[in-house]
Amino acid sequence: MIDMKFVRKKYTTGKIEFEALKGIDLTVGKNEFISVMGPSGSGKSTLMNIMGCLDIPSSGEYLLEGINVRTLSANQLAEVRNQKVGFVFQSFNLLPYATAFENVEIPLLFAGVKARQRRDRVMNLLAQVGLAEKVGNKPTEMSGGEMQRVAIARALANKPNLILADEPTGNLDSKSGGEIINIFRQLWQEGHTIIIITHDQNVAKQTLRTIRLKDGTIDNNGNGSAPL
Amino acid sequence: MKPSIVISVFLRDFRKQKKRMTLTILAIAWGTISIMLLLAFGEGLKTQMFRNQRGLGEDIVILWGGQTTIPFQGLGRGRRIRFTEEDVDYLKMKMPELKNVGGEYTRWGVTIRYGEKVFSEHLAGVYPCFEEIRTHYPQAGGRFINDLDMQEKRRVVFLGDKIKEKLFGPEDAVGKQVLINSVPFTVIGVMIEKLQMSMYSGPDEQKAVIPATTFAALFGHRYLNLMIYQPKDPEATKALEKRVFEVMGARHKFDPKDKQALYVWDVAENAKELKNIMFGLQLFLGLIGGMSLLIAGVGVANIMYVSIKERTREIGIKMAIGAKRRYILSQFLIEALTITFAGGSLGMSLSYILTEGFKRIPIESDVLSFMGRPTVSLDIGIIVILVLGLLGFLSGIFPAMRAASVNPVDSLRYE
Repeated sequence: MIDMKFVRKKYTTGKIEFEALKGIDLTVGKNEFISVMGPSGSGKSTLMNIMGCLDIPSSGEYLLEGINVRTLSANQLAEVRNQKVGFVFQSFNLLPYATAFENVEIPLLFAGVKARQRRDRVMNLLAQVGLAEKVGNKPTEMSGGEMQRVAIARALANKPNLILADEPTGNLDSKSGGEIINIFRQLWQEGHTIIIITHDQNVAKQTLRTIRLKDGTIDNNGNGSAPL
Repeated sequence: MKPSIVISVFLRDFRKQKKRMTLTILAIAWGTISIMLLLAFGEGLKTQMFRNQRGLGEDIVILWGGQTTIPFQGLGRGRRIRFTEEDVDYLKMKMPELKNVGGEYTRWGVTIRYGEKVFSEHLAGVYPCFEEIRTHYPQAGGRFINDLDMQEKRRVVFLGDKIKEKLFGPEDAVGKQVLINSVPFTVIGVMIEKLQMSMYSGPDEQKAVIPATTFAALFGHRYLNLMIYQPKDPEATKALEKRVFEVMGARHKFDPKDKQALYVWDVAENAKELKNIMFGLQLFLGLIGGMSLLIAGVGVANIMYVSIKERTREIGIKMAIGAKRRYILSQFLIEALTITFAGGSLGMSLSYILTEGFKRIPIESDVLSFMGRPTVSLDIGIIVILVLGLLGFLSGIFPAMRAASVNPVDSLRYE
């Protein structure tokens, strides 16, 4: 699924150079359920951005489902994000002026799916996350948990194998957070690969493998060792 | 992207920056009005100029006899060249390229009397082809001088509409007798009112005209004041001029290269020049209008930059879920075009209402009969729409390119 070989990422702001990732070697197989932990500034988000093809490594090699990401054009990267990856963010990142239906529909629009199929797919997804009743609601008319469920439905729109979640429960109360994690668990059982970035030990405990980052390197890649 | 989303995004933006958006739309409308009204003004002026020029006659050349300046075949310089009726026939015979050839005698201070009214007027003796080439069209119920009048030297007179008004008032003139220098003439027609800016001996509406042959017999004139010809091909006047000098030079024994031997007024060529001048004027007016529209375009670009800045995060979200650059690009381009055309259609409708309204106000003035009235034509509409489209595109493309080139990671972090 994911194959990283000595991936580095450097940021340059003015004259200051900052290396967020200092050589990451990582393999993630099909249908894994992973959490990524580490202190602030350890490179968690950078790692997720690279995994999700929002960003490309400065050096090293990253293969996503066998595709070498560094060789892709901006448009091809957009297509990969659209088809192969689903993002779930801490702050939901829904379009504020669009309804739940429209938010979930957008990735399908980008993919060029026909109207009737779009409609069926969106209704199924919203039913799957338990929001069939809220199809016409805008984000301002929903609770945090509901917004995050819309975001998950959106992430699933084009049936990607990989779901990346950056602190998905960070802005939610523990009850809603638990529900979200349950949805992820269910998706894992259906065959998706799930990677959750989190600060929360309780979330990490629910996953099967925990990768720990420290100062841009992998402290513990979680293979073989049981989560703490 | 569904149109409904585009519209709802536009409306949301509109609410968010209502004042700025309204001002921008008004600026575009104002620019559109100025370009449209200036072009409409030019169009009205052009129409009026051509109408005025047609009063003299279309595609004609007027010829006066001059004086030779080059010695020719033993004859010295300074000889006067004067035309007779035979010259008219000769030119017609020698030059089949000409559709019409005519000549004119004129005389000022001829007394014309009807009943108690006596006026001293301008009288001309003309050929029947003047009806067509000099636009002496008769009002209903009358006719112009014809070939029989010429042959039989009939004592018939065709009146300009102003002179008829002076002599007869509202009374019908056709068939009545007037005395021209105490000789009775029958009125056969009255000229239709026409606009005439170009003239060589006063406006036609002030003239009385009689057959050239009658004129020569009555006043004993031997020489025509001028000749007029009209080529079959209106584009050919310039080329035919040389041929006319050769033909007339051979007959009157002057050097065809002697430019002073004949005075030529090429009305057809003038019309072409006028057309070019009017085109230049319209281009100039259009440019002025275009400038103010351009400033409005800067306003659109500005509002687009602001809107893109405020929606950086939204752009990031869309990129994260798979929007290609061209999608982001077209979204903002459509928005810029929407603003431009919202302002543009407002401006166009207002301009149309203004010009149509102005047309309906009944003002009679010399200025208006010279300038014409602003007219919005289909051409102007198409030009303005094209300019607006170009402007909307230009003011949208740069902000949109900026939007499409943002880094998705940075824009997702943007607050």
